[in-house]
Amino acid sequence: MTSDTDQQRRGPRPETDAAPLPPRPDATAPDGIRPRGGDAAPRGEASGGAARGARHGKGLRGLRRPLGIGIVTLWLSVIVLLPLAALTVAAFDEGLAGFWEAVTAPAALASLWVTVLVSAVVALVNAVLGTLVAWVLVRDEFRGKRFVNAVIDLPFALPTIVASIVLLSLYGPNSPIGVELNATRWGLVVALLFVTLPFVVRSVQPVLIEADREVEEAAASLGATTWTTFRRIVLPTLGPAILSGTGLAFARAIGEYGSVVLIGGNIPRETQVASQYIQQQIEIDRPLNAAAVSVALLAIAFVTLLLLRVVSSRSQRREERDA
Amino acid sequence: MRVSRGTRLSLRVVALGYLFVLLAVPIGVILWRTFEPGLSEFIASISTPAAKSALNLSLLIVAITVPVNVVFGVATALALVRGRFRGRGLLQAVVDLPFAVSPIVVGVSLIMLWGVNGWFGALDRAGFQVIFGIPGMVLATIFVTLPFVVREVEPVLHEIGQEQEQAASTLGANGWQTFWRITLPAIRWGLTYGVVLTVARALGEFGAVIMVSSGFPGVSQTLTLLVHSRYIDDHNTYGAYAAATLLMGIALVVLLLMTLLDRKRSDR
Repeated sequence: MTSDTDQQRRGPRPETDAAPLPPRPDATAPDGIRPRGGDAAPRGEASGGAARGARHGKGLRGLRRPLGIGIVTLWLSVIVLLPLAALTVAAFDEGLAGFWEAVTAPAALASLWVTVLVSAVVALVNAVLGTLVAWVLVRDEFRGKRFVNAVIDLPFALPTIVASIVLLSLYGPNSPIGVELNATRWGLVVALLFVTLPFVVRSVQPVLIEADREVEEAAASLGATTWTTFRRIVLPTLGPAILSGTGLAFARAIGEYGSVVLIGGNIPRETQVASQYIQQQIEIDRPLNAAAVSVALLAIAFVTLLLLRVVSSRSQRREERDA
Repeated sequence: MRVSRGTRLSLRVVALGYLFVLLAVPIGVILWRTFEPGLSEFIASISTPAAKSALNLSLLIVAITVPVNVVFGVATALALVRGRFRGRGLLQAVVDLPFAVSPIVVGVSLIMLWGVNGWFGALDRAGFQVIFGIPGMVLATIFVTLPFVVREVEPVLHEIGQEQEQAASTLGANGWQTFWRITLPAIRWGLTYGVVLTVARALGEFGAVIMVSSGFPGVSQTLTLLVHSRYIDDHNTYGAYAAATLLMGIALVVLLLMTLLDRKRSDR
C-alpha cells in the first residue's frame, strides 16, 4: 500500500490516457520509419511522443508487440485473475441460493457487521486525527518534526503480526498501564488505527503544502474567525484528499487480518471479523462458506474504491470548471 | 489560516499525543520487554533451530519473489507505458487489484485454484504440492507484492520519455543494448524503491502465507508465522516478542532505506 500513498505524495501520476490525442498522420507508418527533425513532438506533448515512439522505437520491441503484451497478460492472469476467478466460481458452487445462504448465515453476517462497523469507526477517527496530524506536520514548527514525519510510515513498514504483538504488549494481558483491550472491539479499533495511520496523513499532507495560504489570509483580514476560515476555506480544499485517505483506510481495515488476529480474540458475534471467519471456515473444511464471505468482502472493498473514484473524478471536474 | 498560539500548541499536543500513544509507547514497551532479560537471552531466542529455519525460509521466499517481480514488473510497466493496445485500462486495474484484496482472501483464492480440489488440483494429485508447500507461499507472496515494482517504475518511464532510447537506436543500438544502457539506468532508483517495498512486504506478509502454509516449525514457518505460533501455540510470549523485535529491526532498516531512496529519487 505504501506506493499508493507515495504516489499521492508525489502528486498525480502522469497518465497518458488523460488527454486523448487526435490520430496522427504518421500513426500507421510502418515500423522502422521514425519521425525526425521538426516532426519530433515538442516537450509538452511527451505523451504523444511516447505513444508514437511506442510504434517506431526499436528498444525492447518485443514488449510492444503482441508477444510481450501476451506474456504480461498471461502472467497477471495466472498470478492474480485465475485465483480470484476460482474463488468466485467456488462461491457460487451451489448456485446463487447457496451463496446467499452462506453469506447470510448468522455467524457470517455477524462477522461482516463487526468488520464494517469497526472499520467505519477507524475510518472516521482517521479522517479527524489524520488530518490534524497532517496539519501539525505541515503548518507547525517544532524540534524533531522530521523524525515524527518519518515515523508516520512505520506502520506500513512493520509486518502486521508485529503490529499485533506490539499492541498486545501494551494493551494485552498484564498490561503495564492497566488497560486491557484484548478480545474487545476497542482492541480491534486500536489495532486497525495503528495499521491505517499513514493513509489520511499522507494524502492530506501534499495538498496542505500546495494550498494557497493567501486566500486564508484574505479571509482572516476580512474578519473571518479561525473556525470560519477553516470550515469555509481550508476544509473544502482538503476535502477530496481527506475522503480518499479515509476510503483507502476503510478498504484496508475491512480486509485486515494479521494485526487483529492476536488482539481481537476471535469471539464469534463479538470481535470475530470477516477475515477471521473465513480462516475459520477453511480450517473446519467449509470452502463454500469461506469463498462466499470472501466474495462479499471483495465486493465491499470494490464498491468503496469505486465510490472513491467517482467522487474524486467529480470533484476534479468541478475544479477544472472553476479554474 | 492564522491560528492563535494557544490553539497551535494544543493541536500539536493532540497530534503528538496521539502518535505517542499509538506508536511510540507500544514499540517502547515491546523493546523494553525484549531486552529487559538481557541481550544474550534475546540472541538465544532468535537463534533456536526453529527461528533459524524460519529466517531461512523467509529469505528464500524473498530471494524467489524479488527477481520474479523485477522481471515481470519491469515488463508490465513497459507494456503499460509504451504499449498501445486494447484492454490496457483493464490491465492497469488488474495491477492494482492486489491492493484491494484482503490477505486472507488471497489465501482462499489460491486454495481454490491450486488446492487438491481446485482447478489445478491435478498438479497436487500428481505429487507437485503447491498449497501447504513452499510454492504456495511463494505464489501468495508474489500476489501481494505484485504492484510495487510496476507502480514505482511506471511514473519514471513516463517521465523519461523515449528520446534517448530513440537516439540510441538511431545510432545503431539493438533492443537489448538500449534497454541495458539507457532504460535500466534511468529507472534504477524507481526500481530499487520498488524492490525495497517488495522485500519489506514479502518478509512481513502473514495472512496470505498462513492460509497456504502447513505451519510446521522448522519446515514451513516463516518469521511472521513463527511470531504467531510462539504466541498462540507455545505460549512463549517472550519468544514472540523477540522474533517480533527481529522483524521490527528489519522493518526499520527498510524504512531508513526508503527515506534515503526517496531523497535520491527526488534529487534526480
